[in-house]
Amino acid sequence: MILLWLILAPVLGGLAAWRCGRSGVQWPRWMTTLTLAAELGLVLAAWTTSSMPMGPAESSNWRLQFDVPWIPQLGIRFHLAMDGLSFWLALLTAFLGLAAVAASWRETVACPGLFHLNLLLLVAGVMGVFLALDLFLFYFFWEAMLIPMYFLIILWGDAGRRYAGTKFFLFTQLSGLLMLLAILALFFLHGRATGEYTFAYEKLLRVRPPPGTEMWLLLGFAAAFLVKLPAAPLHSWLPEAYASSPTAGSVLLAGLLSKTGAYGLLRFVIPFFPGAADRFACAAMVLGVISILYGALMAFAQTDLKRFIAYSSVSHLGFVLLGIFAWNQLALQGVVIGMLCHGLSIAGLFLLAGVIEERLRTRDLRRLGGLWAVAPRLGAVTMLFALASLGLPGLGNFVGEFLILLGSFQAHPGLAAAATAGLVASVIYALWLVQRVVHGENVRRLAPLDLQPRETGVFAALILALLWIGLYPQPVLDTAGPALEGLQHASRLALTARPPAPAFPKIAGLSFKIDAPRPSP
Amino acid sequence: MIPSLLPFIVLAGAPVAIMLVVAFARNHKLTLALTLAALAAAFGLLFLAAPAAPRQVTALLLMDRYAIFYTGLVVAASGAVALLAFGYVEKRVAPPEEFYLLLLLATLGSGVLAASNHFASFFLGLEILSVSLYALIAYHQRRPLGIEAAIKYLVLAGGSSAILLFGMGLVYAALGTLHLPSLAIRITSLGSNPVLALAGFGLIVVGIGFKLALVPFHLWTPDVYQGAPAPVAAFVATVSKGAMFALLQRYFSALDFAQSRALWVMFAILAAASMIAGNLLALRQDNVKRLLAYSSIAHLGYLLVALLAGSAPAAGFYLAAYFVTMLGAFGVITALSSPGREAEALDDYRGLAWRRPFLAATFTAMLLSLAGIPLTAGFIGKFYLLSAGARLDLWWLLLALVVTSSVGLVYYLRVVFALYQSPAPAAAPAPRLSLAGGGALGALVLLLLWLGSYPAPLLALIQTALGGSP
Repeated sequence: MILLWLILAPVLGGLAAWRCGRSGVQWPRWMTTLTLAAELGLVLAAWTTSSMPMGPAESSNWRLQFDVPWIPQLGIRFHLAMDGLSFWLALLTAFLGLAAVAASWRETVACPGLFHLNLLLLVAGVMGVFLALDLFLFYFFWEAMLIPMYFLIILWGDAGRRYAGTKFFLFTQLSGLLMLLAILALFFLHGRATGEYTFAYEKLLRVRPPPGTEMWLLLGFAAAFLVKLPAAPLHSWLPEAYASSPTAGSVLLAGLLSKTGAYGLLRFVIPFFPGAADRFACAAMVLGVISILYGALMAFAQTDLKRFIAYSSVSHLGFVLLGIFAWNQLALQGVVIGMLCHGLSIAGLFLLAGVIEERLRTRDLRRLGGLWAVAPRLGAVTMLFALASLGLPGLGNFVGEFLILLGSFQAHPGLAAAATAGLVASVIYALWLVQRVVHGENVRRLAPLDLQPRETGVFAALILALLWIGLYPQPVLDTAGPALEGLQHASRLALTARPPAPAFPKIAGLSFKIDAPRPSP
Repeated sequence: MIPSLLPFIVLAGAPVAIMLVVAFARNHKLTLALTLAALAAAFGLLFLAAPAAPRQVTALLLMDRYAIFYTGLVVAASGAVALLAFGYVEKRVAPPEEFYLLLLLATLGSGVLAASNHFASFFLGLEILSVSLYALIAYHQRRPLGIEAAIKYLVLAGGSSAILLFGMGLVYAALGTLHLPSLAIRITSLGSNPVLALAGFGLIVVGIGFKLALVPFHLWTPDVYQGAPAPVAAFVATVSKGAMFALLQRYFSALDFAQSRALWVMFAILAAASMIAGNLLALRQDNVKRLLAYSSIAHLGYLLVALLAGSAPAAGFYLAAYFVTMLGAFGVITALSSPGREAEALDDYRGLAWRRPFLAATFTAMLLSLAGIPLTAGFIGKFYLLSAGARLDLWWLLLALVVTSSVGLVYYLRVVFALYQSPAPAAAPAPRLSLAGGGALGALVLLLLWLGSYPAPLLALIQTALGGSP
């Protein structure tokens, strides 16, 4: 039940904030803060009040479940569940939502009620993606979170918002529909083999499609997730969308929506199609390395602060992609840490960009400089996040990238070595950012207001979280561990169990069936 | 027999009654009330007819659950059109009462189509529908575009009816009967050389394709949508197409067209062409009515996928969702149109969200539903459609559907963006929303969200009415 409330609370809070928007500008903000604080509490409560399920670790890691029929005629259930992996991502969702609202407090937005409604609906959608265990429900949330994001971009974005919003929506929608086709194929494969038509995750895990079909299905799923992540050739929507969103929108887009892609790969792609994933792994890891290097190079060439952050995000998520397809315990632990820390650090950077833009009305790197002298707190925070981004030991990102490199070295030494070059590149661009923004000469005599207590508090919380993960990542590894093992176990089981001869009727990979099918009357 | 026929009797009697009332006292509100009462009575009587279904009423009509479902859909949609039209026709120069009379006649024709079990009733229903539509399209006599659209429709519909009749003649020559069940029996013993019958069916499909505006028989659609008064365009987009689709589906499955490779491929090509051409042509439209016209062409293409997949429930649900959405979309256009001026240019919609938030929100919901975005009826409809296609492995068609519907997203989002553009440019003052229109729009939005979030009840109804598996 508490899982249902995790989705309902932001929706209801959003509607309340929308209503409040009529009474005053500050009301929706308070309402949203309150809702997200409650959401954070709910996530923690959900985890602490539940107990580890009995039985062998591999069989079930779900600490909490909520399962009711939704559309029984189509075998669809409203099934939410939480394990170690979804717990951390849900926590990140609530935390970043809170940070985004608190730090963009001073940003003036038209129609604050509507703005916060969209923000909270987005949080609800992302939460749903992390918790859904019915594939239809998952797809439902996956698509549903696009709408508030689209409106955040087109209503409160900057000059390029129309192009950015449409491109974002198109990329994600088309790739999402391809995933839907793959989901449907899986649904019918399962139905024909067992006679039970269902979208339940755990049942569909047992489907063993023939190898050719498996690859097509994997590509269908991967299309959606790689676009959202994004991986290098599919990233072209990203710089525009990140740069054109309002601050809170960028934070959620970069901090959370990209995580849904990584989560999808972890939760669905590899456990569902271990055989094809095995063949696809090399290509995916190469994509990961390309993203790392390409993102770093592009970041170096940017003059717009937000676009700079966007490309650095591509680079960091390349590591995540690399780690996911290395698919061993070390790399996967690195992936979870990497996802959390990327979320925190990228959120911090976008919030900083928001603060700078709000104070100085520009985010052109060529016009910034020497901010440390005039706004020391702002300078120090920028420095810290840049260091986190370059992977300084002691901050969380280091742990994540280190574990990922270690794990992928076992899987593919050459690619891991190439990825290491990305670390060097990230040092260059991160330090270059620091030089451009906080050091150097303040030629334009910029004198922004330094960070206010509320903002300082938000940044401090983000940095503390990064430090905590960097110095003592064990709690994260412990809670996420069983879930990751479960996923690995599921895929191993599938690999060893194959192939029990073609017990499944061949689902023609992509053949246009002209032979007249007989319609039901 | 009579209880099964009562809904049609009511629909046929109501125009006569209204005509008499109008002869004595012209009163717009009274006419609307009578129309709604007649439609409600017809709708209610369908429930009386349901227990007796299926019942053959003369050789012409078959009142089975299928016919009852589609008649119900058509009648409900006509009720929505009547409500939406109330504020619109009142301000026009033409007397408003006859509008409802024609609307009821057209509804009767549509109902007959849905229940048709014989080529005679097919043609009869089609002509009742078409003739009322000619008058409805040209209802606003001072509007040259409307007259042009009506003439275009008249000529083309006349031509297509002739082709249809010729096709029926050929089929009769080959099989010797016009009665659908007998056709279904005789078609199996057709032998190895079915050229005559095939040619006949081919021509019939041309006639049907015209009414459904499938590519390449779609050329009239944008002009008629643009020229017709907005509520009539809503009627053409929903009721007229829906009834024709119901008929097509009945004939398609009864005659087992899917068994004939030639016919199957022909429908597959029509479907793909409609999806592709409809979506591509809509891309560069700046006229919202024309844009919706092309979008409706594409949607009929999607619907053909359900037909080819042989899934009556998927088609039924999709049509219901499409009805709600299109009625809502045209309802907004209707509400914004002032006398002598249809709100059809994209510029009329810029910044609407800041001037008329309710209408803008409604339009947004409808456009998102057309694009198949979650929480709207269109999403569940499209999902059901895809699932029906996947069941029969129609992957190429589904791929075409997925890709073209993503293209479609571009123009829906263009309109959505225009709605929220700020600052809102000054626009021609739009009339106040009539109570009837506002209520109907509100109900449509609620229905849209309800079907999008909890479609189980309607699905259960459709599956018992139309049968079938997931």
